[in-house]
Amino acid sequence: MTPMVKAEGVHKSYGAAHILRGIDLEVQNGEVFCLIGPSGSGKSTFLRCINHLEKINAGRLYVDGELVGYRQKGDKLYELKDSEVALQRRDIGMVFQRFNLFPHMTALANVMEAPIQVKGETKAVARERAERLLDRVGLGDKAGNYPSQLSGGQQQRVAIARALAMEPKLMLFDEPTSALDPELVGDVLDVMRDLAESGMTMVVVTHEMGFAREVGDSLVFMDGGVVVESGHPRDVLTKPQHDRTKAFLSKVL
Amino acid sequence: MTDKLAKVPAGASPAPAGTPPEAIKAIPVRHFGRWVAAIAVIALLALLGYAFSQGNVRWATVPEKLFDPTILTGLWNTIQISVASMALGLVLGILFAVMRLSKNPVTSTIAWLYIWVFRGTPVYVQLLIWFNLALIFPILNIGFYKDEMTDVMTPFLAALLGLGLNEGAYMAEIVRAGIQSVDEGQTEAAHALGMSQSRTMRRIVLPQSMRVIIPPTGNEFINMLKTSSLVVAVQYPDLLRAAQDIASVSFAVMEMFFVASIWYLILTTVFSIGQFYLERHYAKGSLRSLPPTPWQKIKANLRFAPAKRSGGTA
Repeated sequence: MTPMVKAEGVHKSYGAAHILRGIDLEVQNGEVFCLIGPSGSGKSTFLRCINHLEKINAGRLYVDGELVGYRQKGDKLYELKDSEVALQRRDIGMVFQRFNLFPHMTALANVMEAPIQVKGETKAVARERAERLLDRVGLGDKAGNYPSQLSGGQQQRVAIARALAMEPKLMLFDEPTSALDPELVGDVLDVMRDLAESGMTMVVVTHEMGFAREVGDSLVFMDGGVVVESGHPRDVLTKPQHDRTKAFLSKVL
Repeated sequence: MTDKLAKVPAGASPAPAGTPPEAIKAIPVRHFGRWVAAIAVIALLALLGYAFSQGNVRWATVPEKLFDPTILTGLWNTIQISVASMALGLVLGILFAVMRLSKNPVTSTIAWLYIWVFRGTPVYVQLLIWFNLALIFPILNIGFYKDEMTDVMTPFLAALLGLGLNEGAYMAEIVRAGIQSVDEGQTEAAHALGMSQSRTMRRIVLPQSMRVIIPPTGNEFINMLKTSSLVVAVQYPDLLRAAQDIASVSFAVMEMFFVASIWYLILTTVFSIGQFYLERHYAKGSLRSLPPTPWQKIKANLRFAPAKRSGGTA
């Protein structure tokens, strides 16, 4: 079975700053894959490479067996057109640290927007699904609210519903709870846990070690742009093999 | 002391329960300076009014000519050319702003050139160039269409091109600033959902940039209403031209300028009110509650005026 995400020697640099220095990993179908590491370790950058928000400089990145951002013919790589990249992104949902809800639309309109605009769905179909998704994240009664009228935790749950509305096969979470007040983190994690139980493939960049341990199937510890250690979350978090992992965990646990 | 502090909010916050707190009755700060300033200003205005009443002005002519058919036709023409030029300017502004920000070096250079030329030369000169185009191109020949330039370049078209293309250059800079004011995360979120560049611009970025674009655009339109008086240069029969026409036969020169000024003031005032509501509309989502309209303020004041004394909450 093809892995959902496959990275082979992925490098990324911004000018002189070499952020990713050869990432190799595989995310299996239906798996909750957690990425942890100190800030600046490249975990967010790697996540953004998966849906081509960032272009990689070297290596290969596949989602569901398909090369991200390029087409390979023989041994030549061709850049995909913007419209083709957009087509690839349809199937990959993303949740951002800062929510990035569309502030000029209500919660409901936020969730309906992409299915109508991208998939050409009718309003009725999109609305029906959007209402169901808002119910699922526990915000059925907030459908008519604008993002500025919602708390951070509520906004993030709307953002998750918005991503799910495209019925993706893969969900990317970029530190989804880092911008939240502590008492709001639980609600968002509950939604993510529920999503994991439904069998969604998820790649999660997080500082929530509890979530990683309970819900995660695999865990990777990154530092300095490389994968330092990987394995089952329970093993890595309780019996880290590398000194760098030990040092990091001793600070955050 | 601490006892009191603890008690007051506890009894006050759930309004209906218990006895209402006693409202503060204090003597407000007296602003004597304001009174002095107001009296001085009124005195100065009275002197100015007196000076004008003694001047050689036939005041009766002003209301008499205010609704003169010539004036009203001129007024209508001014509105037409201002709205048409502004519409052209807006379309060009959005187009060239998007082109200016494009990754394509050809389109961004074209936009830069356009802005450079049309913002860098006086609009009066541009009007004259359009109007006199027949001097260098007597015949307009664009393949499928051929005609005398003087027939094509009517005063209206010359005015429209002169004002509209100039406005487009200014609007392009305003729209560009608006687009750049939208958080990058918005574009990323739209792209992550699979939306194309153009759809992201149209559905996500432009609507949000409106909040930044509209106030200066309103300013531009008010400017346009007044700048349109320059179209006298291309024989367009606008409001100022109508006033001058009447002045030249009736010798009521200053009186007719007053008539024109009154209409310009009315136009800009009416538009300012419209702008308030437009800005309010596009503030949706960025403010938790919209600012009240003047009408709502009046209604709220009427409703709560009696309750205010007993510490009513709005």
